[in-house]
Amino acid sequence: MSETPSQTVGPFLSIGLTWPDGHLVVPAGSPGAVRISGTLYDGAGEPVPDGLIETWQADAEGRFDDPLFGFGRASTRPDGSWEVVTVKPGATGDGQAPHVDVSVFARGLLDRVVTRIYFPDEAAANAADPVLSALPPDRAATLVATDAGPGELRFDIRLRGEGETVFFVI
Amino acid sequence: MTYRPAADGTHPPLLSPGYRSTALRAPSHAPVVLPQGLTELAGPALAGPSGPSDHDLTRQHAGEPIGQRIIVFGRVLDSDGRAVPDSLVEIWQANAAGRYAHARDDWPAPLDPNFTGGGRVVTGSDGSYSFTTIKPGAYPWGNHHNAWRPAHIHLSLFGRAFTQRLVTQMYFPDDPLFAQDPIFGSVPDEKARMRMVSTFDLDATRADWALAYRFDVVLRGRDQTPFEEPHE
Repeated sequence: MSETPSQTVGPFLSIGLTWPDGHLVVPAGSPGAVRISGTLYDGAGEPVPDGLIETWQADAEGRFDDPLFGFGRASTRPDGSWEVVTVKPGATGDGQAPHVDVSVFARGLLDRVVTRIYFPDEAAANAADPVLSALPPDRAATLVATDAGPGELRFDIRLRGEGETVFFVI
Repeated sequence: MTYRPAADGTHPPLLSPGYRSTALRAPSHAPVVLPQGLTELAGPALAGPSGPSDHDLTRQHAGEPIGQRIIVFGRVLDSDGRAVPDSLVEIWQANAAGRYAHARDDWPAPLDPNFTGGGRVVTGSDGSYSFTTIKPGAYPWGNHHNAWRPAHIHLSLFGRAFTQRLVTQMYFPDDPLFAQDPIFGSVPDEKARMRMVSTFDLDATRADWALAYRFDVVLRGRDQTPFEEPHE
């Protein structure tokens, strides 16, 4: 059988795709909770107000034993900002540094784009990560969140142009 | 085990100048190939915040929505023909007049107080799903001169793995608007394009109640070992 093609979510995705608590992978205030927030930008540096960010990750021990754990979904707000509350995943034991997989959907994207969030306090693991270390340093830097205070990380996503986030084909 | 990439021409290029909104949103760098590891091979098992009327968009409000009642049904499969059970399918759509229940839709067609246009259902053990809804209308959207979107329903599917995540649109048979629509036309391969068109199914209509359209969705299949895809 042959696959069904991808199409854009269009501008009105919030009718079907948004969940009130989708951004809470863990309840806010849970032990070890970290809030990852950022802004989705287009190629003109303008915020994307009709986007959707989905995250998927291992648990704090690096496992996927519980398929009900690890998914986050956040709409972008009118100013392009979004946030997910989660815990830092453990290493998955296959040589990769702790990471969160990310799908970005928006009007104007005919297929999702996929990126990853790596963690700024994992310098050694990040240096040894086969994905990060294969990228030029300035490109790899787009995949590492920045420290924004206790329990706070920042991860902006730039779809195109200067500082363009690295996107993957999987 | 890995999930096979789709055949060339199946998915639209992100930069599709006919669809103007892609110009500033399509990445300019070629995507980097990411080996499929545990994160990509696992996937969320989601029910979503579902309620009893989520599969029947005609029963989400006090009254009946205006328009032609339809059943949209089918199976979610992978490209090896295997059913994808227990997987969340989400839909959203315009009302019968072609207007979305959204503050930013300013097309001056009537809103329907009895129709929101959002639905959710989880696939059965054989990958089957079914929604009852209203046939959406076409609407103009300003992309180019006299641009009208063919009637369509958006579908979001999770599959079994992060690699199988898909958002698509279901179209209706023989729509005269296909040829001028750059979103439908963004899919390069004509056969792939036509896989987004549902089939009218008289046997599945409910007498004196609703017409029926079948729409099977096919997600990526798996290889046991990674190797080059043979040419089709």
